[in-house]
Amino acid sequence: MSTPVKTAPPTPAEASNRVQVSWTTRLLGRPEVGALVAAIVIFIFFLIVAPAFRTPAAFFTVLYQASTIGIVAVGVGMLMIGGEFDLSAGVLVTSAGLLNGMFCYELGLNLWVGVIIALIFCLGVGFINGYLVMRTGIPSFLITLGMFFVLQGANLGVTKVVTGSVSSPNINQMDGYAALNFIFAHEFKIGSISLSITVIWWLLFVVLSAWILQRTKIGNWIFAVGGNAASARAVGVPVNRVKIGLFMTVSFLCWFTGMHYLYRFNTLQAGNGVGNEFLYIIAAVVGGTLLTGGYGNAWGVAIGAFIFGMVSLCIVYAGWDPNWFKAFLGVMLLLAVMVNLYVKRLSTLRKVG
Amino acid sequence: MTDTLQEHADPTLHKGEPLVEMTNVGKTYGAIRALKGINLEVNAGEVTCVLGDNGAGKSTLIKIISGLHPHNEGTVKVDGEEVHFSSPRDSLNHGIATVYQDLAVVSLMEVWRNFFLGSEMAGSKFPLSGMKINDMKRIADEELRKMGIVVKDIDQPIGTLSGGQRQCVAIARAVYFGARVLILDEPTAALGVKQSGVVLKYTAAARDAGLGVVFITHNPHHAYLVGNHFIILKLGQAVLDKKRSEVALDELTRQMAGGDELTELAHELESTRT
Repeated sequence: MSTPVKTAPPTPAEASNRVQVSWTTRLLGRPEVGALVAAIVIFIFFLIVAPAFRTPAAFFTVLYQASTIGIVAVGVGMLMIGGEFDLSAGVLVTSAGLLNGMFCYELGLNLWVGVIIALIFCLGVGFINGYLVMRTGIPSFLITLGMFFVLQGANLGVTKVVTGSVSSPNINQMDGYAALNFIFAHEFKIGSISLSITVIWWLLFVVLSAWILQRTKIGNWIFAVGGNAASARAVGVPVNRVKIGLFMTVSFLCWFTGMHYLYRFNTLQAGNGVGNEFLYIIAAVVGGTLLTGGYGNAWGVAIGAFIFGMVSLCIVYAGWDPNWFKAFLGVMLLLAVMVNLYVKRLSTLRKVG
Repeated sequence: MTDTLQEHADPTLHKGEPLVEMTNVGKTYGAIRALKGINLEVNAGEVTCVLGDNGAGKSTLIKIISGLHPHNEGTVKVDGEEVHFSSPRDSLNHGIATVYQDLAVVSLMEVWRNFFLGSEMAGSKFPLSGMKINDMKRIADEELRKMGIVVKDIDQPIGTLSGGQRQCVAIARAVYFGARVLILDEPTAALGVKQSGVVLKYTAAARDAGLGVVFITHNPHHAYLVGNHFIILKLGQAVLDKKRSEVALDELTRQMAGGDELTELAHELESTRT
């Protein structure tokens, strides 16, 4: 496309104008710094007040807890960087598990068939979310709120009709269970420590998301559609495809988490998942993702999910009333939003040189 | 500056060859008529200036050429073939690049990411392959230096640059990505005298490199410095359409200032004074 230029550029003075930005400024410009500092402070705090937290086993339990939120949060974070919301993610997780469990149990099919059907269903829901948002121009908050209620109602209604109760049938005797249990819910035993496979999947998804966001052109497009969709469209970025793709990424990860719950517990309560959509959003926001889009990164979202896992368990380890957890989460969210605002102002108004 | 342009400009361009021809083009938004009967020709190696007051239809004209809103009357031809753009990508694929008045940049993104937005250098066709980030940073920096813009840090968000610098980044980007037709939407409107000069010089350099340039402005002085052909729009119609040899700066200025209306207004004010 271009050939490197051999001649020195004729225009303004070179070195005098070039500024090496100090590392502190660079560091503060990164979205995840606030979350990282918070995570370290909370970690040390609980090491002091909760003796039970001081074992490796407890740490891996925290990681597991974080991964159950973190996997979907990876997608929700990317979607929020792309400037959209998804409130239907929490219940879609349950829908995926219920669909797989009931479909295969009632028809006596191999569980793999149900896994595929649940995947197609979830991708379909993500597509509909994205398509409706892009087609109608209605804010994604409203579209996915509608989808949230539709799925919540359908989860309960369909389960009641099919099984006569509000939980899906136990599937652990069916064909394909062993392999699927390994893929979605295996626990590796290392001495007294048990490491859930979801932690590995979670890290994998985080790394993939970080790669996509920072290193690929799709990542460039995601930031652009979230930062300024009109500008992105004008330079030829396929805005609609990017956003629909993001909704489908979220729904794919919902499917994945749904599969984990199904193959870990073998049966699912139809009312589960309500409220989790906010945990995903909190993980993303605490991790430095800007609510209005165009700013954030995958590591921050992962740290946000880790803070969630740590706090939800350590309150128990510390012997406190777990009811305080939600209050704590709320405080974290408010602090995160304020830190984000401050950091963003710092990084966009910074004077270099 | 000119060397850079020559390097990137399409070698098949021949001066005077028509690139874009609009015949009798009109546009209506529902019951509102924004443009009517516009004839405009963009030739290689020439600058066509479109002048007009606010609301005269300049922006609509650009949106048609750049593929944001399709026209619904008349014909648009690019390289002799009739086209009906359905998206900006369509128009870009025909070599038409637009630099918008509202500065088509994403302010929270880094300068180099903005420079390559929509035309990223990927390692391979695979959608998840890594971008050549170091090359992209180097090229963006070099290209901007050639335009006389030294950004202090190519990694800084583009929102931290001045309006003039952002404008120049947008123009440099369009030229770099091999535009054959460059549409500049009020490129000097938000700029100081010195930076306007840089933009005008670059416009002239693009013209000399053989690109067809559409220069939209409401400043007849700037237009006259670089233009080969002038069209003045008023209420969606062309009220003046002349070559440089047929029109003087005075006439352009007078027309832009209101033309005959102004003369009438002067008479009225004159009569009320007594």
